Amino acid sequence: MTLAGEAAVVSVGSRALEAVRFDPVRARRDFPILQTEGFVFLDSAASAQKPQCVIDAIADCYNHDYANIHRGIYELSARATANFEAVRETARRFIGAAEAREIIFVRNTTEAINLVASTYGRQNVGPGDEVLITTMEHHSNIVPWQMLCEEKGAILRVAPIDDRGTLMLDEFEKLLGPRTKIVAVAHISNALGTVNPVAELTRLAHAYGAAVVIDGAQAVPHYPVNVSDLDCDFYALSSHKVFGPTGVGVLYGKASLLESMPPYQGGGSMIQTVTFEKTTYADLPQRFEAGTPDIGGVAGFGAALDYVTHLGLDAIESHERELLAYATDALAEIPGLRLIGTAPQKAAILSFSLDGVHPHDVGSILDHEGIAVRSGHHCAQPVMERFGVPATVRASLALYNTREDVDALVRALHTVRELFQ
Amino acid sequence: MSADLRELYQSVILDHNKRPRNFCKPECANRSAVGVNPLCGDQLTVYLAVEDDVVKDVGFKGTGCAISTASASLMTQSIKGKEISDIEHLFEGFHEMVTSNPKSSAGDEKLGKLTVFSGVREFPMRVKCATLAWHAMREALRDTGETATTE
Repeated sequence: MTLAGEAAVVSVGSRALEAVRFDPVRARRDFPILQTEGFVFLDSAASAQKPQCVIDAIADCYNHDYANIHRGIYELSARATANFEAVRETARRFIGAAEAREIIFVRNTTEAINLVASTYGRQNVGPGDEVLITTMEHHSNIVPWQMLCEEKGAILRVAPIDDRGTLMLDEFEKLLGPRTKIVAVAHISNALGTVNPVAELTRLAHAYGAAVVIDGAQAVPHYPVNVSDLDCDFYALSSHKVFGPTGVGVLYGKASLLESMPPYQGGGSMIQTVTFEKTTYADLPQRFEAGTPDIGGVAGFGAALDYVTHLGLDAIESHERELLAYATDALAEIPGLRLIGTAPQKAAILSFSLDGVHPHDVGSILDHEGIAVRSGHHCAQPVMERFGVPATVRASLALYNTREDVDALVRALHTVRELFQ
Repeated sequence: MSADLRELYQSVILDHNKRPRNFCKPECANRSAVGVNPLCGDQLTVYLAVEDDVVKDVGFKGTGCAISTASASLMTQSIKGKEISDIEHLFEGFHEMVTSNPKSSAGDEKLGKLTVFSGVREFPMRVKCATLAWHAMREALRDTGETATTE
């Protein structure tokens, strides 16, 4: 109430200014869990925290608007369906897809990639064909392709990265060829923070007729994404990384490709007619959405996208860029700290090792100091191997992080040094 | 720095992490097993030279955090020359110490130097680090050729 009252008396001019100047401290207040005294959350790359509006949207759905969708003739079911489909439209707008039917709701990025591998992949990859990925991929963008290649007698090619964690573009290009059927790359590396030039990679891949799958899990919480501009064929993302609930993700696919693909899972919702002799399948997007989806989760996801859109991804991006620079400088002051992943184009992810201290010990001590970071291989073991480390500590920043969070991290790292000297 | 952090990272642990003892494969080793903690990627191999139900020699190789490295190192010292049945008791006592609540510290005296790991019980996430080598050692005693995991 107070907020609305304040907003009413703000002049048009200063309100416009408000929209441009992003205030992380204010945004932080939207997240109940971050109100805990002394708690510093630096693990948003694993999963982001949820603002009150997302939590409320889920509760509202179950309190007021819940029934199964695409089924009932009654008003409540129609309302639930309309709300669900409205989120599809929100997601379409959020990533700049041409049509809402190009948005397929799945469980998460992993399922989105598996969907493409087991439908488009099975249909289009044959013996001797190639799938091209990069060294910096998350396991979820490696294993499905490995399984596909094994099944089809195809070959998995891996484009290398340099010592800073940048994709070697010339090597990538050399690995493309007439046998390349699919190119699957991360938009942003979860372990290194590297931002890949996905538009450029798509252009190169398309020259060889390969379909391009982008793992956008790490990109959507931080950057404006427009799949139409990228011209990628598929784009995968997870709700939980973009401040929404777990259990919901999106696979974007070009309508022309989705239409040509066989179904992913069989079941309810994805059919037109069923007899024991023959089933005909529903049109997009239902064809790929067998069974009752996470209706409450999708409501929360919609609220999350609205929230991020309201704050403004450009503003979030510039806040995080500034914070990344601050954190990079601050960490450089710590003796024996080695940043893993120093690509010129980098998102707010700081992976590092500390001389003589195992990342697991660092993680434990930081946790004890109230700082949540990830320590481990980040589901990217080939990246760890590339840099010759068993694991790293990873601090990942999001819109609600501040310089104070970074300062707390630096203080705690000094404690680690002190203990292990 | 807080007391329980100091308690977790006692100087004995830090020392064994820096200079792990029996960090080798004994020449006469006749049994071994690999221990893996899938959560953090820690991996170590425990080698045993077993003769007449006695562990005559023991060593380990691998990488891990300070807790798992020091635990492996101290374990090798505490089981060398012991009978398998005594080692089983030691395992049980050690496991109980790192998992039990602080008040029930019965039997700690038998553990000798291993009591430096008593601080681990305040850090449930680290129990697997402390027990990794022990699980691998038990697997090696059976030498089934399987990989021991902390799961």
